[in-house]
Amino acid sequence: MKLFETTRRAVMAIAVGAAFLGPAGAAGAQTAEKPFITVASTTSTEQSGLFKHLLPQFTEKTGIEVRVVAVGTGQALKIGERGDADVVFVHAKSAEEEFVAKGFGVERLEVMYNDFILVGPKSDPAGVRGTGDVVKAFQAIAEKKSPFVSRGDDSGTHKAELALWKLAAIDPKAGGSWYRETGSGMGPALNTAAGMDAYILADRGTWLSFKNRGDLAILVEGDDRLFNQYGIILVNPARHPHVKEKEARAFIDWVLSPEGQAAIASYKIEGEQLFFPNARKKGA
Amino acid sequence: MHGFDEALAAAWRLIVTGDTALVEIATLSLKVSLTAVVCAALIGLPLGAALALARFPGRNALVVTINALMGLPPVVAGLLVYLLLSRAGPLGPYGLLFTPTAMIIAQTVLVTPIIAALTRQVVADLWQEYREQLTSLGASRLRAVPTLLWDARFSLVTAVLAGLGRAMAEVGAILVVGGNIAGVTRTMTTAIALETSKGDLPLALGLGIVLLVIVLAINAAAHLLGTTARRAAG
Repeated sequence: MKLFETTRRAVMAIAVGAAFLGPAGAAGAQTAEKPFITVASTTSTEQSGLFKHLLPQFTEKTGIEVRVVAVGTGQALKIGERGDADVVFVHAKSAEEEFVAKGFGVERLEVMYNDFILVGPKSDPAGVRGTGDVVKAFQAIAEKKSPFVSRGDDSGTHKAELALWKLAAIDPKAGGSWYRETGSGMGPALNTAAGMDAYILADRGTWLSFKNRGDLAILVEGDDRLFNQYGIILVNPARHPHVKEKEARAFIDWVLSPEGQAAIASYKIEGEQLFFPNARKKGA
Repeated sequence: MHGFDEALAAAWRLIVTGDTALVEIATLSLKVSLTAVVCAALIGLPLGAALALARFPGRNALVVTINALMGLPPVVAGLLVYLLLSRAGPLGPYGLLFTPTAMIIAQTVLVTPIIAALTRQVVADLWQEYREQLTSLGASRLRAVPTLLWDARFSLVTAVLAGLGRAMAEVGAILVVGGNIAGVTRTMTTAIALETSKGDLPLALGLGIVLLVIVLAINAAAHLLGTTARRAAG
């Protein structure tokens, strides 16, 4: 008798559990109805608010939802390599070219650019303000051993920073504790730099939309070597047959079209344009 | 401290305006974590009770392992599930990565050891107390499992709530397997991480306050139900 009662109660408990499971399952089914693609992109495009501005326009026109996974460029390429995204939208030219050369992507197309900036404390202990020469500024920071925060996460910005140290002929990791690798995204790294009044290389988009600036300001900008090009790549459907080639191509074509390029140019924060479209015309 | 008043104001604004994005991510958080806890309870409760009663070689090693897994770092659980569900992984063809289902799986992995380990302790204590009675009634060890689970139900609510606390609070696992996609896999904790990244600390903390209120409400409801049920049970 007791056993029967216990069984009855167990069955009821499972039924209550199933009632919780039900709605979650139904919600999963709903989102699956709409066609969508997955885009692996960088924290700079997501956190600057560009995608929030751009994607609804594309979705309204085509009915295709775009799901963005925003990570560092290195990880975004890895996600594409494993076939977990349909499109990769990042900013590290040589890594992108290698991605295509290895057959993970179909073709690398240039979309837009913005620039990196050297941000640092307003007191500017290394005296780099207004030099306009980012390599000299890096050398001055190393010489003064002023705190410098590095992304340290294999992102596009991290790769660009390492390239600048190379140009400056300095191995920052050899120099002691002034060089601090945070292994985090642009925003968290900026939070860290703001917290310890350090210098940091940032992309302009994230900086413009970043709110916790503390005592930091732009100190060096406008050097040609701070150019930051974004590229878009279709993940190779020959390698990953589940890639939604048609929808993904529609997205890439739209981003590169005059309409998509105009949409990128029209994104502004406090009157300042964040990204500058520079797609080449088809066949040009 | 500077910032707390702004955070409270942000939290208040989010709640009173019934911000639709907030409702969406809060609902998703609850769906994912509650479903994961239900799954974990369905596995963890019987598993814990069986571990308390059964005698087999390697049992102690298993108990220690499950106890240790209570401390499994969420990001590690996330990575394991990521590699399983990735297109290049064994379950790749199902295309589950970057979906709420993936987040439920990852949280179930995290929560099951907590519920199993706590259940084992509760049931083992109870078994010591009632062993003679139950065996004199002719119940075998395994047939005593449902009875003991039922008798321990009030203590086990705490085990399940501990699991829910873990699920609602973690960000490492769901960030990796969910991808924090706006409108699809963005939950309270991943949104907090994102707003922190954007340097919008008041909004991040405001979201944190909202999350705390939700978790508090769930625990209060469980407590109330428990007291009422205990009274009814005499």
